[in-house]
Amino acid sequence: MGSGGRFSLGTANGGSIKSPMTDTLDTAAPAAPTASAAPAQAPLISARGLTKRFAAFTAVDAIDFDVAQGESFGFLGPNGAGKTSTMRMIGCVSPVTEGKLSILGLDPTTDGPRIRGRLGVVPQEDSLDTELSVRDNLVIYGRYFGLNRAEATRRAVELLDFVQLGERAKDKVEPLSGGMRRRLTIARALINDPSILLLDEPTTGLDPQARHLLWERLYRLKQRGVTLVLTTHYMDEAEQLCDRLVVMDKAKIVAEGSPRSLIERYSSREVTELRFPAGVQETLGAELEGLGDRIDRLPDRVLVYSEDGEAVAAQVHARGLVAETMLVRRSSLEDVFLRLTGRTLVD
Amino acid sequence: MAVATPSFESAPAGVPERSYFASVGAVFEHFWLLYIRTWRGNVIGNFATPTLFLLAMGVGLGSYVDKGSGVGMGIPYLQFLAPALLVSTIMQGAVFEATFPVMAGFRWVRRFHAMHATPITPAAVVGGFIGWLAVHATLVGAIFALVIVVFGAARSVGVILVIPVATLTALAFATPIAAFMAGQRDTNAFNSIWRFGVTPLFLFSGTFFPIERLPEVIRPLAWLLPLWHGADLGRALALGTVGDDPFRHLAHVMILSTVAVLGIVWMLRTFRRQLEGAR
Repeated sequence: MGSGGRFSLGTANGGSIKSPMTDTLDTAAPAAPTASAAPAQAPLISARGLTKRFAAFTAVDAIDFDVAQGESFGFLGPNGAGKTSTMRMIGCVSPVTEGKLSILGLDPTTDGPRIRGRLGVVPQEDSLDTELSVRDNLVIYGRYFGLNRAEATRRAVELLDFVQLGERAKDKVEPLSGGMRRRLTIARALINDPSILLLDEPTTGLDPQARHLLWERLYRLKQRGVTLVLTTHYMDEAEQLCDRLVVMDKAKIVAEGSPRSLIERYSSREVTELRFPAGVQETLGAELEGLGDRIDRLPDRVLVYSEDGEAVAAQVHARGLVAETMLVRRSSLEDVFLRLTGRTLVD
Repeated sequence: MAVATPSFESAPAGVPERSYFASVGAVFEHFWLLYIRTWRGNVIGNFATPTLFLLAMGVGLGSYVDKGSGVGMGIPYLQFLAPALLVSTIMQGAVFEATFPVMAGFRWVRRFHAMHATPITPAAVVGGFIGWLAVHATLVGAIFALVIVVFGAARSVGVILVIPVATLTALAFATPIAAFMAGQRDTNAFNSIWRFGVTPLFLFSGTFFPIERLPEVIRPLAWLLPLWHGADLGRALALGTVGDDPFRHLAHVMILSTVAVLGIVWMLRTFRRQLEGAR
């Protein structure tokens, strides 16, 4: 990726945990995060019994979680699981109904504006000003954080390079593609050199190429020690970006861990997917029994969980079963979710 | 305000806490940026509207009025019309600013939500937006006053005082309408506001003819028409007749100010609800 500026340098040589911009954008942030070297630090975000209710509807039901400094933390779950409501509470734009929430050691109910000054937010719904130019969107946003015009402009130029929109600086937002708008929103969220970057469904609705470019940029931020908190209903996104995640379903957290540990705990190493011709799957009963460690029958296919997917495939052949297609793959978070809730993640 | 946990005091401090007025200033700046982006067209429009109206109504229609019984007070129709027309035009502009831009801010462009994700509070959004409404109204009012002077329709330097009256009237209209529009999901209400509110007020609030010409029975209703207070006060200032009935004009100021303040209080409620209550 040929981005300009200091953002592309990464931390491969030093590996020191640093905010992405402290090296270049330090004028407004004289206090570098020196304390970040200590591993056993208090969590950046801590929630206990966190609850959000809208009248009779409970969107978030007494959830607990901690996010550590420099961590990349995800909320995985289907639409309506309560991810966005949780994010809005962390973003200090939606009052906590019940429970405790602490962000950067501060309480959102009394210190909302102060916390928001340290957050970068990429909302699910675009809120770019389509009537302003790409650069002005960043500059005015910097002004909201109290940057002077010159500093806001300097950061805007740098960040536009980072998200590869430098050449579009003077264009209007209107003609930008979905992927470009998301990148611009990410650049905007970085204008205050945030301690925590909140991303709500960052790649929903983007084409695969745009998603990968976005992931690559986020990965770079993660490498530089930015704490990322994101929601997604794409398991590949969660596997790509998250060090640790919680699976949410119906306003509650149903599992928590690293992608790998969740797969180990709730799934098997490999999955053999069998698709049978129309009408055949329903007739199969005993023929499938005993295959692998566990079997899930979905409406359109059968999933066989095992340590060795190829061995299962061989067994299927040996039993004389003829699948239309047979696929052996690594187990994914999708399988974890299916195991935990009995439903697929995206429907 | 709670004291921060010490371990984070020295952590990535970065941006200092903003004062309310600095936040208001940033919100104002956003709307200013949107305005100057198309300032040529805006300013030309701001000159064109009063020019056309004063030509058609003041000069054209006025020549007939003056040949007939006139508007009384021994002044030409143009001088009678101009200050009140200034006030009602500024009022209309402010009503427009309080409808579409408010809906855009919450629903289409979502710029109010974008602001709220930063240290900007709902109260600062309200403050900055009202500041913008006031500055915009004053700016357009000043241009209108300039056109009045060019037309020779200013009877005294009092025409300058019509500008703040127009701004106050604009706020008395724009703040409750902005508060109301904040909770609207579509623009249906906008059409009703215009059809049943703004247009009748524009026609019957003593801008084009003295309300004394209305049937005696409905004349007291003028006191209920917010625009009349602004038009009557503006005209009295421009003609230098405020001293004739000081209590009436003081009452105009009080009524307009009260409505504007209530509008602001209502805005604080609805803007906060929109920004914090969304699912």
